[in-house]
Amino acid sequence: MLKSTIGKRSSKMKNTIERGSVRKFAEAIGDPASIYFDEEVGKNSKYKNNIAPPTFPVTFNVGSIPELNLPTEGLIHGEQIYHYTRPLVVGEDVYCWMEVKDYYEKSGNFGNMGFLVLTKHGEDPSGELLFTEERIVIISETVRKGMLV
Amino acid sequence: MNRIANLQIGDSLTEIPLKPVTRLDLIKYAGASGDFNPIHTIDAEAEKAGLPGIIAHGMWTMGNLSKLFTPYLEEGFIQDYAIRFKGMVFLEDVITLTATVIEKQGGQVKFNVTAVNQHQKNVLQGDILFSI
Repeated sequence: MLKSTIGKRSSKMKNTIERGSVRKFAEAIGDPASIYFDEEVGKNSKYKNNIAPPTFPVTFNVGSIPELNLPTEGLIHGEQIYHYTRPLVVGEDVYCWMEVKDYYEKSGNFGNMGFLVLTKHGEDPSGELLFTEERIVIISETVRKGMLV
Repeated sequence: MNRIANLQIGDSLTEIPLKPVTRLDLIKYAGASGDFNPIHTIDAEAEKAGLPGIIAHGMWTMGNLSKLFTPYLEEGFIQDYAIRFKGMVFLEDVITLTATVIEKQGGQVKFNVTAVNQHQKNVLQGDILFSI
């Protein structure tokens, strides 16, 4: 069932990177550095602007994939992988969408585990790639059985 | 402060010990990230999920880890950041963040990064490619 979702995508959503959200996020990860929210420091930096911490894309709205109905409980976050072409800057619009990149199952000590690979893509307004975020979610056999009901 | 460009294979950035994890840390992260899964904030929900108590968001720890590189943002940025979540982080755990150079090529320096708990267990492990 999950295998059939490979290749399915959400539609693009516009996300504006807000200074206040970046500041709150930086504080919440214990990294309240001025490069993230102080306008003067941003202007004088090599980025000519304030930037967002690398894990900030967790806050983005990436739309939903209608074919993918994941349970809200029992999922295990296995891996998280970011790739950037440059840091994201405060004030810019990032267009995001998500894709089911892969699904496979592996047998191990805890039974037959499912691995779902979800990739977020973030692009600038001209469609140039800014970042990807890949998330590997581990789904146990028990949780998968619950999904069939 | 040493420049990343001057680091050699085997060199490490200054370790960062975090304060013991508090519930308020996780409530703040839930709010800032939008991840309101209650196993990270509400005891009864964590217990219902078979956990001994609430656990930190994996992304809270991963978010913290990147601050090892914040002092170097004038020199370059994190191009690739790959993490495997290997263990749970509970309230009162004391996490230490580390980064060690494992490869150098042109303007790119690859680090092995870890978050280690007070029992010397890696709760998070991966690598960061820093682009100068």
